[in-house]
Amino acid sequence: MAHIKLEEEVPGIRSLVLFRPETGQYLYELVQILLRGESTLSEAERELIATYVSQRNECIFCRDSHAAASKCLYGDEKSIVDEVLHDMNEAGLSEKMKTLLTIAGKVQVSGKEVSDEDIATARNNDATDREIHDTVLIAATFSMFNRYVDGLATLTPTDPAVYEEMGKRMAGGYSFPQQTK
Amino acid sequence: MPYIPLEDHLPGITGLLEYRVDTAAPIRALTQCLLRGPSTLTEGERELIATIVSHRNECKFCSYAHTAAANTLLEEENTTAEITKDITTASVSDKMKALLIIASQVQVSGKNVTGESVQQAKDAGATDIEIHDTVLIAALFCLYNRYVDGLATVTPVDPGFYKGLGQRLKEHGYNRLPQGYDHLKKTNL
Repeated sequence: MAHIKLEEEVPGIRSLVLFRPETGQYLYELVQILLRGESTLSEAERELIATYVSQRNECIFCRDSHAAASKCLYGDEKSIVDEVLHDMNEAGLSEKMKTLLTIAGKVQVSGKEVSDEDIATARNNDATDREIHDTVLIAATFSMFNRYVDGLATLTPTDPAVYEEMGKRMAGGYSFPQQTK
Repeated sequence: MPYIPLEDHLPGITGLLEYRVDTAAPIRALTQCLLRGPSTLTEGERELIATIVSHRNECKFCSYAHTAAANTLLEEENTTAEITKDITTASVSDKMKALLIIASQVQVSGKNVTGESVQQAKDAGATDIEIHDTVLIAALFCLYNRYVDGLATVTPVDPGFYKGLGQRLKEHGYNRLPQGYDHLKKTNL
């Protein structure tokens, strides 16, 4: 049961932004710009960064919902997502994406973990300043979301079909929920 | 040196918020709402939550900046020193102690928040909104601390810098200044 009085049967982040729309509106705005705004990283790749950080934070709600969104966006290449969740280094990803996920993994632990060498390796694989910036900010943002969702013990559905539906909706973008469920 | 090109006169978070103004807008608005919006927690109390989390994440820039903001708002410097040493013996209300403990748990992981620590906060009079805001402020500073350190932004060593910043955070809050930040170029020389 959640630590505060949230609407019953509404899962994860949704229950929190409906509890406090004043702050919730900005959380949706941020995630929409970061994950769906203009970028040289694809939407699927950005969702993958969100998924990877959520997995490392063991936030099941965020991991499974963003994995579903990423799969939806990867389409025929969706097996990449499970490969990354299994072992990022062995996944069928570009070298650039591996270096960015490495940076994201460091940020998940602490900002201080990111080294000159990590940045140099990303640059040698053609990552731009902006891609490095966005990777760090996405990883930091999900370090926030994961703590928010688990810190208040929100509802985590267990049915994979629920996440599949969520993923489809999320693939279309993040807009503040109008309905409660 | 920062990992990406940031303006010299804007250290720490300030350069990042100007590097990408479109992502900065909702981050600023969220912070303004949480730390300066209507609340039953004072602005000083909310800055204490930001301070304890930044301190525990060992993010020097955020830790110094929010310590300065809290000191300015509380008009004393003892409380920030006490909470970073030991929350349980600090001279804050039992409710604030309970909320600072919850924030410290969030700093490690959301999963670390226990039913017991939430109950303790409720028993000390904390409302659901206060508990919610404590968790979200703590989570937000886990974002800031990682953003600031993950891109190796500059941490000024001059204590006077943070005093000025603390004052700015008291007077202007977290909204972007309408005129931008070019006027700071000369004060940093």
